[in-house]
Amino acid sequence: MGASATETVKDDMPGQRGSDGMQYVPMGHDLTSVTEKISGLVLTRPIGLGWLGFFGVSNGLVLVLFIAVAYLLVVGVGIWGIQIPTAWGFAITDFVWWIGIGHAGTLISAFLLLMHQKWRTSINRIAEAMTIFAVMCAGLFPLLHLGRPWFFYWLLPYPNTMALWPQFRSALIWDVFAVATYFTVSLLFWYMGMIPDLATLRDRTASRVGRIIYGMLALGWRNSARHWHRFEMAYLLLGGLATPLVVSVHSVVSSDFAMSVVPAWHETVFPPYFVAGAIFSGFAMVLLLCIPIRHVYHLKDFITIDHLDVMAKLVLATSLLTSYGYLSEQSLSWYAGDNVEWYTYFFRITGFGQYAIITWTLFFCNTIVPQVLWFRSLRRKEWVLVIVSLLVLVGMWLERYMIITTSLSRDYLPSSWGFFKPTIWDLATYFGSVGVFLVAFLLFARFAPILSMSETRALLPGAHGPEVGR
Amino acid sequence: MTPRPPVYGLLVEFVTAQEILDATRRARQVGYRQMDAYTPYPVDGLAVELGMRKSRVPFVVLMGGLVGAGVGFLMQYYALAINYTFNVGGRPYNSWPVFIPITFELLILVGSFSAFLGMMVLNGLPRPHHPLFNVPQFARSSQDRFFLCIEATDAKFDREATAAFLATLNPHGDVIEVPHDA
Repeated sequence: MGASATETVKDDMPGQRGSDGMQYVPMGHDLTSVTEKISGLVLTRPIGLGWLGFFGVSNGLVLVLFIAVAYLLVVGVGIWGIQIPTAWGFAITDFVWWIGIGHAGTLISAFLLLMHQKWRTSINRIAEAMTIFAVMCAGLFPLLHLGRPWFFYWLLPYPNTMALWPQFRSALIWDVFAVATYFTVSLLFWYMGMIPDLATLRDRTASRVGRIIYGMLALGWRNSARHWHRFEMAYLLLGGLATPLVVSVHSVVSSDFAMSVVPAWHETVFPPYFVAGAIFSGFAMVLLLCIPIRHVYHLKDFITIDHLDVMAKLVLATSLLTSYGYLSEQSLSWYAGDNVEWYTYFFRITGFGQYAIITWTLFFCNTIVPQVLWFRSLRRKEWVLVIVSLLVLVGMWLERYMIITTSLSRDYLPSSWGFFKPTIWDLATYFGSVGVFLVAFLLFARFAPILSMSETRALLPGAHGPEVGR
Repeated sequence: MTPRPPVYGLLVEFVTAQEILDATRRARQVGYRQMDAYTPYPVDGLAVELGMRKSRVPFVVLMGGLVGAGVGFLMQYYALAINYTFNVGGRPYNSWPVFIPITFELLILVGSFSAFLGMMVLNGLPRPHHPLFNVPQFARSSQDRFFLCIEATDAKFDREATAAFLATLNPHGDVIEVPHDA
């Protein structure tokens, strides 16, 4: 989609390929075939056994979550492995991991929109959906970790009989605002971008129920050029607002750590380092979702190998940024000469039998493995991308786990050192949240247009003037 | 002979973006103003051909953002510097630097809602029904066809003359009369 109605995007229109020789626009398609293909995925494709089976397994994981949460509500957070000194364990690790994954979705949808990167068009809807579902999963964990989750609304500023306010000076309250804003704005952005496509579904569906549901969701959108004019401006502005937002969210999350005085948490490098890691894990997740989708839905001409290639490049770039964070953390703690901090780092990398094996695994996953993406031939092999993405997701989870457990278990007082050992309920809650993500994503992939039809149409040759190649 | 029922406007269909751009330009040159084009995606420059200048959406978003930021900051100032003062090691009650993150988040939150709601309100949406939906072919405006509608409220609108003019634009198919709702 162009930036505004007054601007021309004709420069790279005549050919199907961009100036870099990459193919991001579906080859050999026209307005009719794009519409039929994408809306057909929703409207005419039967529900397959594969989808049902996957959906069933995912719902099984959600049941596991229900059991884990029910037991948590009855007994309390003591069912997890957390104790003093390691009072943050899996729950906060899972929270940071999930919310980080969401960041790539906003980056693709908002930042690449501002940068006029047209390759976002085939994947932005999928990436935005991933963001929303990942933030949903992330939001579960701090709430469950509260101890008395039924008082979660005490986090919000509202007039109350206790005559109390939240402590706005606390990074934990910033987190409430940042995550809530992030979820709301992502949902708004996703929904707004989908309105024209919902109108297409309304106009194409054969069933009356479908016409009513999609009709209500489309809010009476009728594709007026005047409406499009304001729509494009509002969409661009939303992108402009979402871009600094996404940077702020993980910066605030990192402040949960950086604003404390815990050794190796109290770091100025944390905000950029966390944001880079977030985008890193998020792109890995986008790749992991796009590769099966392009096969199952036969979308190889929409989500091309060039899309995977360019995302792999971003995985590599953010891997380098994150690795720079590791390096800077270590070297600055040595340079600062703070004994406790330096000890914590030393402990991280040499405490075999404690956490060092985790530290080295994450270095391997996050720094060494992505280096294969320097090679174009490997970037264009799907199985390579799947393996790299899986390892990156594991590595980024371990990174947050390492940061939380090593610092807390070796605090200033050696007499209160401890060791975090997860319980079965830690694992059940984590895998349950994966189930929530999968269920939401499968429903999305079945009932919503997974590619933006209106944006894809606008990229076709001749879409804005003289007919070329049609 | 009973008089024909009033119409909402006259509608013509085109197959390409270039045709709708040319047709809109012609209609405007001839003097029509109350008209609108309907396209399956935003066609660059079409809103300009329709005579639209700058939209008011950016102003709405700016106001929304300022309100969000202002309310966000004042809320924290009121809570922690006036209503519930809390001495933390002698630090000032109005510790404004730590109010900035929430101020920023509320700027984004209210600004984003202003963008969405501003766009909807300025567009007159949601409007579940519209006379144009009475035309069966119009369903393709969200798929693969381009439409131009000259509305009956236009000063120059004349059922016969306008239809004759639209026919000269080489539309795909006939000129369609868009019925008003009963």
